[in-house]
Amino acid sequence: MGDIIKVGMADLKASYHPAILTTLGLGSCVGIALFDRSTKIVGLAHAMLPDSSQIKNRTNAAKFVDTAVENLIDEMLKLGAIRNKIVAKLAGGAQMFTFTQGTELMRIGYRNVTAAKAKLESLNIPIISEDTGGNYGRTIELDSSNGMLLVKTIGYGIKQI
Amino acid sequence: MGVYFDELDNLQIDVLREIGNIGSGNAATALAKMLNKKVNMDVPQVKVLQFQEVSDILGGAEIPVVGLLLSVTGDISGSIMFIIENEAAGILVNILMGRPLDEAITFDEIEVSALKEIGNILAGSYLSALSTLTNLNILPSVPELAIDMAGAIISVPAIEFGKLGDSVLFIETEFSEGSTKVVGNFFLVPDIDSYEVLLKALGVAD
Repeated sequence: MGDIIKVGMADLKASYHPAILTTLGLGSCVGIALFDRSTKIVGLAHAMLPDSSQIKNRTNAAKFVDTAVENLIDEMLKLGAIRNKIVAKLAGGAQMFTFTQGTELMRIGYRNVTAAKAKLESLNIPIISEDTGGNYGRTIELDSSNGMLLVKTIGYGIKQI
Repeated sequence: MGVYFDELDNLQIDVLREIGNIGSGNAATALAKMLNKKVNMDVPQVKVLQFQEVSDILGGAEIPVVGLLLSVTGDISGSIMFIIENEAAGILVNILMGRPLDEAITFDEIEVSALKEIGNILAGSYLSALSTLTNLNILPSVPELAIDMAGAIISVPAIEFGKLGDSVLFIETEFSEGSTKVVGNFFLVPDIDSYEVLLKALGVAD
């Protein structure tokens, strides 16, 4: 077991093996977990909004799915990760409240997940598993020893993906 | 264009604090009427936090909380959220239902509708204070309720704030009844354009 490194909201971190990267209480935000199978270098991002090009103030790259993915890969490559060995897992993107009218506010979780998939696909990074959607929060832990992503919830159990 | 919280000056923060004060003062009065008890309120704290610190608001991102979300329409649009820890929600429900304060609650149908009613009254009286203060027409919807990890619930208003800047603004209010204290947090999240309408109506924006 390595160090436990916390990733906050609108935040991203990369680390050498051994490490556990964790982010607590993901709601409509999306957690993007990257793992290089060869070097065991890991990265985790907790992004809030799908698209940086639609927002004026974009000083924090980790806030947006598109720029978070790019920056996280850069951070991992700096540590020596091998680009074509990186795989991805996704969690989060829940709809926490069920409003009858499907306002934009309510679909943000789904849009975050869709944006993450599109971005990873454009970079040829395979998504090997996901635990997304639903109406509940998730805490996730990414283990550098095997790339396993642990997903914990209140009332919806614990699973490994 | 929109207002960034990161750029709010002291005067604007003071005005928001005053809104919080009057809004939650009204909410405390409404709560007292509903409970038929004397409810005291501490001076509300207006807090501006960076996203990374947000999860510590209620004692940790994984703490189970009750979130009540109402959408707002009229001269401004957006949403208002009231968040309390599960334990505090239990106390409110027990007071309302005339049960011992420490009785465990299971969030059954009756308890959930009691909480929604509390949310209705708190948010409604908060918004009516804001409406009086600004002369704006502000109408709340019926509340939606979710019980989950604090971080996950807070992500909903945080994402809206994320469109404006890199911080979240909220108002922490402590209500007490006798020796029982309940801490609640109000997140008023106007849409980007509404924020300007609001500050203009209050005479603190150009």
